[in-house]
Amino acid sequence: MAISPENEHPVKAFGWAARDSSGHLSPFKFSRRATGEKDVNFKILYCGICHSDLHSAKNEWGITSYPIVPGHEIVGVVTEVGSKVTKFKVGDKVGVGCLVGSCHSCANCKDDLENYCPKMILTYGAKYYDGTTTYGGYSDIMVSDEYFVIKIPDNLPLDGGAPLLCAGITVYSPLKYYGLDKTGMHLGVVGLGGLGHMAVKFAKAMGLKVTVISTSPNKKKEAMEHLGADGFLISRNTEEIQSAMGTMDGIIDTVSAVHALLPLIGLLKTNGKLVIVGAPEKPHELPAMPLLMGRKIVGGSCIGGIKETQEMIDFAAKHNIVADIEVIPMDYVNTAMERLLKADVKYRFVIDIANSLKPF
Amino acid sequence: MAKSPDQEHPQKAFGWAARDKSGLFSPFHFSRRENGDEDVTIKILFCGVCHSDVCIAKNEWGFTNYPVVPGHEIVGTVTTVGSNVKKFKVGERVGVGVIVGSCKKCESCQQDLENYCPQTIFTYNSHYTDGAKTYGGYSDMIVVDERYVLHFPDNLPSEGGAPLLCAGITVYSPMKYYGMTEPGKHLGVAGLGGLGHVAVKMGKAFGLKVTVISSSPKKEAEAIERLGADSFLVTSDPTKMKAALGTMDYIIDTVSAVHALFPLLSLLKPNGKLVTVGLPDKPLELPIFPLVLGRKLVGGSNIGGMKETQEMLDFCAKHGITADVEVIRMDYLNTAIERLAKSDVRYRFVIDVASSLSQ
Repeated sequence: MAISPENEHPVKAFGWAARDSSGHLSPFKFSRRATGEKDVNFKILYCGICHSDLHSAKNEWGITSYPIVPGHEIVGVVTEVGSKVTKFKVGDKVGVGCLVGSCHSCANCKDDLENYCPKMILTYGAKYYDGTTTYGGYSDIMVSDEYFVIKIPDNLPLDGGAPLLCAGITVYSPLKYYGLDKTGMHLGVVGLGGLGHMAVKFAKAMGLKVTVISTSPNKKKEAMEHLGADGFLISRNTEEIQSAMGTMDGIIDTVSAVHALLPLIGLLKTNGKLVIVGAPEKPHELPAMPLLMGRKIVGGSCIGGIKETQEMIDFAAKHNIVADIEVIPMDYVNTAMERLLKADVKYRFVIDIANSLKPF
Repeated sequence: MAKSPDQEHPQKAFGWAARDKSGLFSPFHFSRRENGDEDVTIKILFCGVCHSDVCIAKNEWGFTNYPVVPGHEIVGTVTTVGSNVKKFKVGERVGVGVIVGSCKKCESCQQDLENYCPQTIFTYNSHYTDGAKTYGGYSDMIVVDERYVLHFPDNLPSEGGAPLLCAGITVYSPMKYYGMTEPGKHLGVAGLGGLGHVAVKMGKAFGLKVTVISSSPKKEAEAIERLGADSFLVTSDPTKMKAALGTMDYIIDTVSAVHALFPLLSLLKPNGKLVTVGLPDKPLELPIFPLVLGRKLVGGSNIGGMKETQEMLDFCAKHGITADVEVIRMDYLNTAIERLAKSDVRYRFVIDVASSLSQ
């Protein structure tokens, strides 16, 4: 008979899990492994709610095994370190993002690209090296191999910093990889949500001119006055889009629904790059002519490796970049998910775990 | 009343044109401008038959202006040079490719990327700024601004070298731009036609391992034994495709029909690049997950600028790279085009214009 989640490991843990494809979350008792010699055990203080948490909770990608404890924007304070841990000590402020394991031997791992390792282990809903299920940050404690733990600098607020661990790295990594990080370049950001607003902040800190491209006119004031965007285009306004044709060095497309790529390709200058970080469940339509005629590219990107995630956190701390968040208690999580579906949040919910997650 | 093509300009010219979307070619009298101060007049010796010539002749892209004289893989000898011409002299062997004009002022032109100038003037089916139509190389002579004329290296044969002026630069330029030149890396070439076979030869010259990806098993022996490809992958063989998953650093996709990108994306390693140079007439389906999960990209490329085209010709001369051609007479043209539509050519027809174009 299978061991229950509560008895699987020696250390008791408590969190909220989704138990079926309704995605409804509720209290859940489970357990974590004992702190191994390379492990870091930390008390979770905050966890960001990523749209992927919602996709997974509702099994929208078809790969969810229930029960699932989501959460991969986790920050907290170290309570115990294993005997071979060198980078952290008790009391350190730390975070864990989307990954808790990889093979460490493939070409990608050797290039600090654990996020492209074919055997990467996700923070939740995956199988760890020992075959047990991984549980994420909607919970009280976390145990992680020190390799996958990120140090949070003292001056970075923990609540606003948590979403950097997924949303932040998801936009930072392609800005660097695709060379869209040079002062004076013009970047378009499609979609102004968790990812989009972070892209605006990072790009402004790197000295770029930023234009937000959105379907919602009511986000314009916010984008320009609060986030510092230089321009705002309504994607359904063909005149506005026409007038901006051929003006952008790159575009980060954060929209997760299927949408037309042709106008976005048209906004790019020659040699321009359209980078897709939102993942719709159906293919996009790709017109080949505009790509050829302007030597343009459409590329993808998926989070970032651990080394780059640390680099991103340090960059954010240096430039005082945090996510714009709405802090919520644990028992608000289902309402938060409903609001997230309607894009009714500026721009990330963050669960105040330490003050509101109470075992029953 | 508009002047007829043979009276439009002072120099008489003769070629073969398509007059309607049947794409059938027939003799055509027209004229070329007087040789200007910056111009070079060229007697045409050979002209390659590019698949684009056929698409335009049959108005498949919807913007053909009949009558059209195609041909943008032109090799000939200089007969007249204008008073300001510095780079060429009479008697020299030269080439003209896909472009005969650009604005010369925009950022692209200033970076030697005339092929991305918004006002590029194409060798045929285009217009000069004075409104004059451009006619291509299926003809006896052409007048071109020296900026858009290439030196033809001495040791490059005219017949085998002509297709480099479009097919050659079309694959050379993206191979350089997208970094497909590191010895030891693995290049996939999708489609083995005019573009594909030149890509294989260039890939080998760059020191790459090259795999041809094709829907036709019968091209395998040729690809490996004659063109020097290291391996051959038939897209309809699921076992072989599966074994090749995630093995390629880059792929040049020369296929001009609508086709599935997903299998090609799957052949790439993470961070791999799929560059498309074929021109399907409908959009392709782009699955996002493979792009995002593997940080892969799909890029395009369109011929090359003049400086790079010259660099490519010199590279080919140095490495002994020419196209594999079937030389034909002008009056075989319509048959050649029917065969080209069935991919029945290894791998480019080249018209022996000087010997066979008679009025």
